[in-house]
Amino acid sequence: MNAAPASKTYVLPDALPLDSGQKLEAAQIAYETYGELDNDKSNAVLICHALTGDQYVASDHPITGKPGWWERMVGPGKPIDTDRYHVICANVIGSCMGSSGPASLAPDGQPYGMRFPVITIRDMVRGTMALLDGLGIETLHAVVGGSMGGMQALSLAANWPDRAQRVLVIASTARHSAQNIAFHELGRQAIIADPNWSDGDYYAKDARPDSGLAVARMAAHITYLSEEGLTEKFGRRLQDRDAKSFGFDADFQVESYLRYQGSGFTQRFDANSYLYITRAMDYFDIAEEHGGKLADAFAGTYARFCLVSFDTDWLYPTAESRHVVRALNSTRAQVSFVELSANAGHDSFLLPHEQLDRVVEGFLNG
Amino acid sequence: MAKTPLRYDLAAIAEQIAAEQSACKVLDVGCGDGALMAALRDDCSALVRGIEIDPELVERCVSKGLSVIQGDANSDLADYPDNSFEFVVLSQTLQTTDRPDKVLEELLRVGEKAFISFPNFAHWRTRSALLFGGRMPITRALPVSWYETRNIHHVTIEDFRSLVKEKGARIERRWFFSGGEEIGTPVANWRAEFALFEVSR
Repeated sequence: MNAAPASKTYVLPDALPLDSGQKLEAAQIAYETYGELDNDKSNAVLICHALTGDQYVASDHPITGKPGWWERMVGPGKPIDTDRYHVICANVIGSCMGSSGPASLAPDGQPYGMRFPVITIRDMVRGTMALLDGLGIETLHAVVGGSMGGMQALSLAANWPDRAQRVLVIASTARHSAQNIAFHELGRQAIIADPNWSDGDYYAKDARPDSGLAVARMAAHITYLSEEGLTEKFGRRLQDRDAKSFGFDADFQVESYLRYQGSGFTQRFDANSYLYITRAMDYFDIAEEHGGKLADAFAGTYARFCLVSFDTDWLYPTAESRHVVRALNSTRAQVSFVELSANAGHDSFLLPHEQLDRVVEGFLNG
Repeated sequence: MAKTPLRYDLAAIAEQIAAEQSACKVLDVGCGDGALMAALRDDCSALVRGIEIDPELVERCVSKGLSVIQGDANSDLADYPDNSFEFVVLSQTLQTTDRPDKVLEELLRVGEKAFISFPNFAHWRTRSALLFGGRMPITRALPVSWYETRNIHHVTIEDFRSLVKEKGARIERRWFFSGGEEIGTPVANWRAEFALFEVSR
């Protein structure tokens, strides 16, 4: 992984208190903004990114050169219209694109590595709220997020209920299930088993735990897709060959694709960040934070909510969204919910989907 | 943008809710494309929410900025606390539910008053189709054949009155319609294609 590129950055003036009881001193948040902020600062839309996402929601990624991860959704005239809204997207703490994370330098001048404190989703949001304080934005027109971004949106609504008027949660959940945790543990163990991981102290070394990180990404990537999508895209087709090799090369197209995804990922992501962020997601359970009852997390909320799930998403299936909707209904919150049809599984929220566009635009403007 | 006029039963409901002094909370169960909800929001500044089973219709509602959840009248009313709404609306949906009696109970639990409309199976056209034709009626009000209709619990005006009585509820007002026009109450169970009741506990 290359050094984190320059983005706008904000150094928190105060130590960031964490759920673990620890504090993060001089935490830095890297962020991007799009569109103008109104004079009364009322048109800010916060977009929260997913596990391996970043602040480059609608601008080219500085390492890969690829377009922003949600460029089809965010921009002038797009469903999240930057002619109308001031869009803010911040890299979460624990990540590796300019916000404080395990690859950042600790006060002793050495990278934190595993000395970086274990963080939670709520800690990430606490960091983002501190950024909003710094930007002088009290109330968001909306907070929007898919996957882990949706978790942050829900956490924001539950813990900072006055700060967002609209909460849009796509393909997400209010808690990590045993199956979610299990897949993450597989990824973490792949990294930890890589001899180059060296207890997380690899930043000064030549070799990094790229094989472990690639395997973690491959496993996770499967959970982002659907059987239907994989079958349609690859089936049992062979990769650049007419017959099976009777060996362990990537005979099948799907193997080649996964290997490509895995190795590409190591170019842009830090293995330790992957450990910390997956841990934060596994710890996520909004009900647990609020006495065991999800409805209590949203008691008295005045925000409008919209939840969207996809019928082929088995990572955060529709039942998880319904669980949140049920809790919101029981608090008499204003909530919309729709399960959209798409064959790409969890990743559907990132792909072209006209109905999703209309729902996002309608909810934000309504 | 010119508005399409509301269907007659929805128009009658909107008129009643508009007559309320304060902005009230309304739940539209089976809200379709949100026509009534949009009218109540725009004209009565009511706080309106909806439930709709068809995801495409839900998407159209949310696209209009309405708060609608994809759900099922049979099961999802249970999520709402008692007395959450001043009014609940169930238009032309009662006869499609698994247990209309349970749905009625739920409507009256979550709302103080319920507007319920349905096609009247005792309308003379329906009666004569069955009596003289000996076949399941296909009429203007019930245009779908028996094997594909969603109407699994046909109901008449008299059936509904007695269900309301059985549940210890009260009929506050009622409207009868034929050919899209409101008609009088005499022999309504013969003459009305559709009925709309306002019911309270």
